[in-house]
Amino acid sequence: MLQRTIPILILAASGALLIIAYFSPFTTSWGEVVVDWFNVLAAVAYVLGAGNLLAVNLEKVSARRAGWAYALLTLLSFGAMLAFGLFKIGAVPNADNPNVHFAGSYESTQSAFGWVYEYILSPLTATMFALLAFYVASAAFRAFRAKNLEAILLLGTAFIILLAQTAAGMFLTGWIPEASMFAFLRLDWMKVAITEHIQTAGMRAITIGIALGIAATSLRLILGIDKSYLSKN
Amino acid sequence: MNNQTMQTFGGVRGFLARMGSIDRRWIFLAVALSIGVPILLQLRPPEVPGPMARATFEAIEAIPSGSRVLLSFDYDPASEGELQPMANALVHHCASRGHKLVFMALWPLGKQLADTTIKDVLLEFHPGYVYGTDYAQLGFKTGNEGVIKIMTTAIPQQYPSDAAGTPLASLPLVASIKRLEDFKLIGTISAGYPGAKEWVQYADGANPDAFTLVAGSTGVQVSQLLPYYPKQIEGLLVAVKGAAEYEMLVTSKYPVDHDQSRFEEGRRRMGPQLVAHLLVIALIVLGNISMIAGRGLKGGAR
Amino acid sequence: MKISIPTAERDSGSSAHTVGARSLLRIVRLTTSCLATSCLTMCVSLVSANSTHAMPPEATNVLVIDEPGDSGFALRVMWTVPDPTVTKQARVERSATTSERAANPDEAWIEVATVDAAAGVSGLLIDGLPKSSTDPTTTEPIAVRVGLVGTDEETAAFVESEAVVAVRNIFLIKRLGLAVALVVVCGSVIVWILLSRTGRSVKIRRIAALDAVDEAVGRATEMGRPVLFVPGIQDMTDIQTVAGITVLGRVARTAAEYDATLEVPTSRSIVMTAARETVQAAHFSAGRPETYNQGNINYITDEQFGYVAYVTGRMVRDKPAACFYMGAFYAESLLLAENGNAIGAIQIAGTAEPSQLPFFVAACDYTLIGEEFFAASAYLSGERDQLGSIKGQDLGKLFVAAAILIGCALATIAVFVPEGSVARASLSFQSFFGG
Repeated sequence: MLQRTIPILILAASGALLIIAYFSPFTTSWGEVVVDWFNVLAAVAYVLGAGNLLAVNLEKVSARRAGWAYALLTLLSFGAMLAFGLFKIGAVPNADNPNVHFAGSYESTQSAFGWVYEYILSPLTATMFALLAFYVASAAFRAFRAKNLEAILLLGTAFIILLAQTAAGMFLTGWIPEASMFAFLRLDWMKVAITEHIQTAGMRAITIGIALGIAATSLRLILGIDKSYLSKN
Repeated sequence: MNNQTMQTFGGVRGFLARMGSIDRRWIFLAVALSIGVPILLQLRPPEVPGPMARATFEAIEAIPSGSRVLLSFDYDPASEGELQPMANALVHHCASRGHKLVFMALWPLGKQLADTTIKDVLLEFHPGYVYGTDYAQLGFKTGNEGVIKIMTTAIPQQYPSDAAGTPLASLPLVASIKRLEDFKLIGTISAGYPGAKEWVQYADGANPDAFTLVAGSTGVQVSQLLPYYPKQIEGLLVAVKGAAEYEMLVTSKYPVDHDQSRFEEGRRRMGPQLVAHLLVIALIVLGNISMIAGRGLKGGAR
Repeated sequence: MKISIPTAERDSGSSAHTVGARSLLRIVRLTTSCLATSCLTMCVSLVSANSTHAMPPEATNVLVIDEPGDSGFALRVMWTVPDPTVTKQARVERSATTSERAANPDEAWIEVATVDAAAGVSGLLIDGLPKSSTDPTTTEPIAVRVGLVGTDEETAAFVESEAVVAVRNIFLIKRLGLAVALVVVCGSVIVWILLSRTGRSVKIRRIAALDAVDEAVGRATEMGRPVLFVPGIQDMTDIQTVAGITVLGRVARTAAEYDATLEVPTSRSIVMTAARETVQAAHFSAGRPETYNQGNINYITDEQFGYVAYVTGRMVRDKPAACFYMGAFYAESLLLAENGNAIGAIQIAGTAEPSQLPFFVAACDYTLIGEEFFAASAYLSGERDQLGSIKGQDLGKLFVAAAILIGCALATIAVFVPEGSVARASLSFQSFFGG
């Protein structure tokens, strides 16, 4: 029982206090304190996460389950990065303390940690991000079908934005004078009209809906009406 | 129409209909070529600066020379390709105007990217900049929008020292700063959360008239920022195109005497983008032709 | 003729030069000023024979008040300009505090700003004043003086106000509009919760994405494949993650009832803990506590693309039959959804990240858009209280729509009649809501 009551009370109290804190300068710092508490909690939770990562992968390796070699690689990488960061392996001491190895920055590319960041992590994350280009193309190919009027409008908008976002827009319609009565046929004009008016209006409507949804959800949590995130035992 | 013609027609239609379920690996190959070939051929289409890039440029021009500027690097290596060109141009522009630059990051890996920009742009093209007097690196702080919230009232509380651990009080540039209002301009290069939206909501929202806010954003995120432009965000650079346009404005007024390619990265990326966009349009058209052809086949069977 | 030398200039001059140099400087400065003034007078005479060159009269009614409804340390000074035709600007200075005088004994007055003389009507805000050493919520008594500057740069004698203490107020008046909006929205939610408790019928339209949960989990069970649930990449501080976890409760319960395997990889440690609690609770609710396996809910990494690499790899290898993406997503949304599409899984997504919605809509079978996502847990629970809160939310939306319409109407009229009462009402309306 207490396992559910105490978290609800903590949530209700901190939620109500933070709302009040926003409107009163005497309590502004409470919000900052709560942020600090969460950061401390999140830092401790890293240990929990790391422990879980180790447990899962060690179990996989010891049981020789499918993909155990990947688990081993994960463990080795985890251990290596931990050692690189904790012991500042390869770090160059700074000018103020040339004899103290630990005074050096672990972020420089001379250190093992910085090297891994610069030459392994950065390219890997950029590669993952770059995959988006491939998936955008395949999703567009599959999803943009002119099945009805709304889909045709969507398709037309996509063409305008895709062309106007590159030099093709200027190439195709740049010859129409900006001051003429036909300026609205310029792709760059249409792009601005679509993004700044139509899209922004739609986005504002969605954002207002989201804000109200957040308010209602928060209220359900603060009032203890929604308890679905809590354990029942 | 003779029988053979009908068969041929049906064959073409059938082929087109089958294109709708083409193996996605062909699409991936086409994308790879559409990006790779223009890179190799160094295709660089001409660009014309748009209103958003001009607004950003003018916002930085409008503040008095030598003003204190806060630049927040709120992205990581994943979006470096899209955002680094505008970060380079922004730093060069601010330094050319003689502004005093304070760097920070809301993303853990943003600090390293800011360091790289300081090394490759600020110190490379403006060697007169002295640490502590003309620029400072505050580094990354965890806490997302909480960091901004605290900075609106108490920067020394959030950042008692710079990234290297030197107390702010001993750095002339930042010794007297107390809150965000002490900056004339805040620039954020943002790839998502926390980023430009949080700067609008928590920094600009707390004190709307205290400073100018400009933002550089990834293309996908910009729809969330447009409602804030141009009232809360006075200048907005959107994706590689925004960077390319802004680069043109900056380098035409503040040219560099060496390594010009550093400020042509945005324009260089516009070639592959042009071809890739045309490919996506072609794919969409192909998909629709295939759908129509498929419908015709079904109609014929009926 | 009175020649005004700014305070700061006087101070810096005295500290930087020797006595002889200082005298020389003073003579040079006086001569320069006289010359400049004479030249200016001549020029002005040439340009306009009607210009007036008399010294402006002193400011009157110099009044200082503590800025009401603020976070403290701010005063507002107002003054009247007797003759606006000969007055250009107003120089405002404030008295130095005890600590400031201790640091700089020569500086009894500190320059605040030189502003347009007409600014005295609405008042000039002087904020960021130093805290009192005895009470950190107030300032020491601070006086303000105003000197009017004429059109020919002459400054009349300063007029000093009473000393006033700036105090911190309990309520921030600039957030009144937001407070009213909060009360209206939260009030309508609470009213509808109470109404639904009294038995009032609450009809909510069907949400196809949520109705499809059973179908998706059932299909996975039939195919003997797992169900994948991705609760976004943000921590529990993000309300979207909380909303995602509440949907997880329902999915986990259905999976427990069907005896399907549910996998939940998380990118935050605290989310892992919350997800374990929720899934365990769902198994208890379904009467199948023995089937709960906490090994299926794991922490992967905080690194965005590291997490995505793991999840997509897992999708390709294990081929889950149903994929749920519920929470805060960024660039990874399309990577996940396209991989899910490639393996032929039923995909249901929900997020309040507007920029990612198009990707989910394009690649998933069902998508909960924005507020639908937040309504999901209430919808799935079927409890009267929770359904009532959704109705209240809709009522709040009605108020917002009304406010937008009123604001648009006022602003539109103000464009055509910029000086009228409607224009003033439009400005007041905007400032009330923080615009």
